[in-house]
Amino acid sequence: MSVRTSIVWDYSPAPEATDHVRLRERYGLFADGEFKDPSDGRYEPTINPATEEPIAEIGWAGAGDIEAALRSAQAAQPKWAALKPLERAKYLFRIARLIQERARELAVVETMDGGKPLRESRDVDIPLAAAHFFHYAGWADKLHYGVNAREVAPLGVVGQIVPWNFPLLMAAWKLAPALACGNTAILKPAETTPLTALLLAEICQEAELPPGVVAILPGNGETGAALVRSKKINKIAFTGSTAVGRDIQAALAGQDTKLTLELGGKSANIVFEDAALDQAVEGIVNGIFFNQGHVCCAGSRLLIQESVRDEVIAKLWQRMRRLRVGDPLDKNTDVGAINSAEQLERIEVLVAAGEEEGATRRTIDCELPDRGYWFAPTLFTDVSPAHRIAVEEIFGPVVSVLTFRTQAEAIEKANNSRYGLAAGIWTDKGAKAFEVASALQAGVVWQNTYNHFDPTAAFGGYKESGFGREGGPAGLRPYLRIVR
Amino acid sequence: VSRLSVRKTYKLWIGGAFVRSESGRYDEFGGFNFPRASRKDVRDAVAAARKAAKPWAARTAYNRGQILYRAAEALESSRGRFADGDEVDAAVDVLLHYAGWTDKLHAVLGGVNPVAAPFLSFSLPEPTGVVGVVAPDAPPLLGLVAELAPALAAGNTVVAILSESDPLRGLDLAEALGVSDVPAGVVNLLSGRRGELAKALGAHRDLNAIVDAAGDADLATELDKLAAETIKRTRHSGAVNSYEHATGDALERLEAVTELKTAWHPVGA
Repeated sequence: MSVRTSIVWDYSPAPEATDHVRLRERYGLFADGEFKDPSDGRYEPTINPATEEPIAEIGWAGAGDIEAALRSAQAAQPKWAALKPLERAKYLFRIARLIQERARELAVVETMDGGKPLRESRDVDIPLAAAHFFHYAGWADKLHYGVNAREVAPLGVVGQIVPWNFPLLMAAWKLAPALACGNTAILKPAETTPLTALLLAEICQEAELPPGVVAILPGNGETGAALVRSKKINKIAFTGSTAVGRDIQAALAGQDTKLTLELGGKSANIVFEDAALDQAVEGIVNGIFFNQGHVCCAGSRLLIQESVRDEVIAKLWQRMRRLRVGDPLDKNTDVGAINSAEQLERIEVLVAAGEEEGATRRTIDCELPDRGYWFAPTLFTDVSPAHRIAVEEIFGPVVSVLTFRTQAEAIEKANNSRYGLAAGIWTDKGAKAFEVASALQAGVVWQNTYNHFDPTAAFGGYKESGFGREGGPAGLRPYLRIVR
Repeated sequence: VSRLSVRKTYKLWIGGAFVRSESGRYDEFGGFNFPRASRKDVRDAVAAARKAAKPWAARTAYNRGQILYRAAEALESSRGRFADGDEVDAAVDVLLHYAGWTDKLHAVLGGVNPVAAPFLSFSLPEPTGVVGVVAPDAPPLLGLVAELAPALAAGNTVVAILSESDPLRGLDLAEALGVSDVPAGVVNLLSGRRGELAKALGAHRDLNAIVDAAGDADLATELDKLAAETIKRTRHSGAVNSYEHATGDALERLEAVTELKTAWHPVGA
């Protein structure tokens, strides 16, 4: 006779150690190769969204600081551009290496400052940031190969404004191609996540990057707006919301300032009846719950073929209930903290609108920490294409399910959006996947995967998701002027 | 006995049909009446261009190249209609140049991405959709064709506002293209007052890009502001007045009306 004992399958806490993190209490802004106090003395705390505790004080750049940084960037640019291209490359290779060497520290800080699970900052954000610097370092002495043997020149000083969802990775996406092309850059990190950009400034110092080549100017939206309106800027690259992108495009009207925008999305993730459904469910989860859904290309509109609707939703719900929400520093955490109180409120407003408009809401029952900003993974069914939760970007761990009968209807519904950033296709039929991929108005289409990024692969949107591309040779062209 | 000449009434070209302005308005140039298009005509033209966009983009690159070549043939054969033969010659050559781009753009702008994962990842150019062209006053034909041809070669459909000072050359082009193989709605040509029409075009929410060669700084600023409403792609340039000018920066012209799509397909399981 055997005795069965019940086994508790829960995980023990597995927090990542933080003792190797060397954070200062205060970080000034970084310009002309040095950390400096803001000229108006303004320091603001940056908050850990999982605890609501301040991590460090950050110097916010004022108008005078922006002006000084611009002058230094302008002064540094001709020398930087005149370096032998391979020498310029060497600085970028150094930065890539230093990111790898400090990867663990950067991952922990990214997670503390932004709330994303350590598993993601460790396995995605930081390695990809290093990979981007490696990729574009190699371009520095091959620029004309990237533009069909044309003679090219850098643009000058570029202003780069990055969001809070992938703070270091977006900084890398912006800085690496800009510097490789011989521009100098002023980067404004997001208000809620300035820390890893400031650690990157330390890395620039450590790499002995010439002063003025990179400036990091923390601040809020006003700082970004002031940077955009500076007449000394030759190009603006912005990643963020469509609303702010629209303001920037309008602010630059009639000017020669080049512009690229990587904006919002409401991307369709399409599950066909012939898909490997268990694999698809993993992809759906990765598509929408990766980084708490704070992903511009998140698969937030789930389109399921009617014949497998019930099965997919049952499997998805089953899977969702096993998601571990909580301490982002815990290596077993799947869904971390919402980035800020402000973002949490936006999610709550849209989710309430979903319920009011008649969609059926299911939110997983899980314990949430007492402090910090949290939103449990949520699934909406009975969604109509006109509902706000099917139209507007929620930027949170909320997926809206729509259904379709035919491939044509799937394409029609997927394209029925003012956005066009990304899409997912789940099918085992190759010919169908290629046909659907070519019919979708989206800058990135993933078959049987989602949220995969690579420095060699262009990324960027159609329609109101923006214009210009980042990654690969296409990512060089926005930072170059063709001379002839 | 002297013969009374048959005077021509010029018309707009919208959705493959030669039509008067819905407004009933007209202006006069060189002894001919021509339509003064309205904002409603702009909307009709954008709707026609949108309807034609998907089938035009879906044609093979080879077929689109053939159609643009046929357009060049049609323009060459109507050379006598235009006062300035050199300008027609240059316009024909520009059409030929871009006819040859349709099946080369992918090789030049796209490629396979060697991603660090088991996927076949590639990036390919696609048309942005419906492109609005604001043609310069002069040269009235070449200046228009230089903006039309890249947009068409990249697979877009076009609504163009013609030269305001000499609109008949653009309307003549419509008649030449009208007997070529260019499908209905792929090119739509409107004559009238630029200030009125260009703004209506720029403000249209179903337009993907604006290519402005009018060379008017105030209008450019206005168009940029309107474009921001729906994040339209914009390109401003001066009037093209030579074949070299129209083709020397071909890649920038093509890229301005092109999207790059990156697809990831699994390799193995």
